[in-house]
Amino acid sequence: MKTSIKRSKEDLIFDIINYTVLTLALFVVAYPLYFIVIASISDPDAVNNGLVWLLPVGITGEGYERIFQDSRIWLGYKNTFIYTIVGTLINITLTMMIAYPLSRKDFSGKKFLMIFLMITMYFNGGLIPTYLVVKDLHLNNSWWVMVILGAVSVYNVIIARTFLQNNIPEELYEAASIDGCSHFVFFIKMVLPLSKAIIAVLTLYYGIGHWNEFMRALIYLRDEKLYPLQIILRSILVQNMSQDPMMGDVENAVEMARIGELIKYGVIIVASVPVLLLYPLLQKYFVQGVMIGSVKG
Amino acid sequence: MQGIQKAKGERSLRSQIGKKQKVHKQSFIKKIIKTVKKDYQLYLLALPAIVYFILFHYWPMYGVQIAFKDFIAVKGITGSPWVGFKHFERFFTSFQFWRLMKNTLGISIYQLVAGFPIPIIMALLLNQTRNKRFKKVVQTVTYAPHFISVVVLTGMMYIFLSPRNGIVNQFIGLFGKDSVFFLGDPKYFKSVFVFSGVWQNAGWGSIIYLAALSGINPELYEAAKVDGATKLQTIWNIDIPGIMPTAVILLIMNVGRIMDVGFQKAYLLQNSLNVEASEIIATYIYKIGLLQSQYSYSTAIGLFNTIINIILLVSVNKIAKKVSDTSLW
Repeated sequence: MKTSIKRSKEDLIFDIINYTVLTLALFVVAYPLYFIVIASISDPDAVNNGLVWLLPVGITGEGYERIFQDSRIWLGYKNTFIYTIVGTLINITLTMMIAYPLSRKDFSGKKFLMIFLMITMYFNGGLIPTYLVVKDLHLNNSWWVMVILGAVSVYNVIIARTFLQNNIPEELYEAASIDGCSHFVFFIKMVLPLSKAIIAVLTLYYGIGHWNEFMRALIYLRDEKLYPLQIILRSILVQNMSQDPMMGDVENAVEMARIGELIKYGVIIVASVPVLLLYPLLQKYFVQGVMIGSVKG
Repeated sequence: MQGIQKAKGERSLRSQIGKKQKVHKQSFIKKIIKTVKKDYQLYLLALPAIVYFILFHYWPMYGVQIAFKDFIAVKGITGSPWVGFKHFERFFTSFQFWRLMKNTLGISIYQLVAGFPIPIIMALLLNQTRNKRFKKVVQTVTYAPHFISVVVLTGMMYIFLSPRNGIVNQFIGLFGKDSVFFLGDPKYFKSVFVFSGVWQNAGWGSIIYLAALSGINPELYEAAKVDGATKLQTIWNIDIPGIMPTAVILLIMNVGRIMDVGFQKAYLLQNSLNVEASEIIATYIYKIGLLQSQYSYSTAIGLFNTIINIILLVSVNKIAKKVSDTSLW
């Protein structure tokens, strides 16, 4: 009896600490995100003077108006959209195509191919040798480099392979092959339809990767017309070039600085909207992906 | 007479061996033909990805040799003259070497020490919350920053840490303290770098431990309950041993990447004021290689980096195998 009282008392203290710590973590993560949202629709002077804490002050859509007028942002948006869609399609196709043979127990090249893939996880040529290859292939400063580099990730191949191993019974192919079904037909007619869940996971993994891609564009793209959103974002958020240099419609430096501050918040929101819209889906499938990956890394 | 016989014997022996080899060879070739016949479709399916890896992973590996050459563009990789370890020696004796090592290792060890335990603690705490909705809310919110791009993250940091009107400094101002220029002072760079990473990834990192916790045998918890264990005792005696293998694997992988401090964030947070603390190997490779076009020198530094990583990975893996029976391979 005594021990159970002692236990419940200790547990109560634990619970109080536990909930406090988690609430604190919740607040620390959520507040900056929330602040960006309210600051994006507040009067920039109020934000700069520290008047915006919990609710937006002097609500204005000026920032968003400016953003939508900025041709660079639209172009970046369009480019990123294309890179994401085409790139992800290539990713999924190649990943599933190699994951299927690797998932088959009777495939003779399985062991060799796995080693072939694993080596690239730990050893790579590095920045310049890769750059030279891209240059030799004339992919430098072209649209292609954004969709082809990173076309297959070994980690994702392993996730897909594990999924196929667990979800496509070996006998299914044996049965189909008796009816004269080839691996190609089996792959397209049986494997892909049965892999919707893993394709969703891969789409999101790869898709987010493309949407957030920055380094590849920094290294390989020179032509401004090809710039993805993240490069535009950098010039606005990090390099403080909020105004399109071509557009000299803002009268003075003070006003320009004010607008600069204002659009920063809005730009973060605008750039994150597609991800935010997908977030409920993302969370479910990404978590699934981590689980599959952790079962057999 | 005997000699002739011997010679004959040898000859026949040799021809026998030859025949055997031929038969062996034939069956080997037959075997290959048979396998290829059986599996050629599977090989064809894998082919596009194989071509991709050869082009963008193995071909660059071949190009790594320019680390030991003086790369001249017109002569190409193969035609450029060998210079041995010249570029490595230059790197080891340059004044940048120790600064780069100090910054890179400093940030990544700091990152490991501060960043590694936090997801574990979060998972353990989340696992103990009875309130399902609260748990769900905490998870939903703390996973979210993982999806933010590095550019947006650094943009947010510039906004929040601004010495003029950033909310962090406004908060500090409430206590009557002077505002701090976090991103312009080398002193703060490591902490800013590490804790922004914790902010972004701690929640996400906890998923894998939550998965491991959900895999623990429920009978253990019941037995603990019967024995009158407190929550803290349950965590200590059941949860932590239960997630140990996962933690060890992740630790090995992290140590194997210790020289890889994220290029993007360091590059984006770098400015002329904090460069003393923010110049890491990755940003230096980029500057030397792409901005100054010293291809061979940059490749040598990159190769050095990769080799250190591999050595660390292999040795930590060995240690872990001995100590805890958990290892990557």
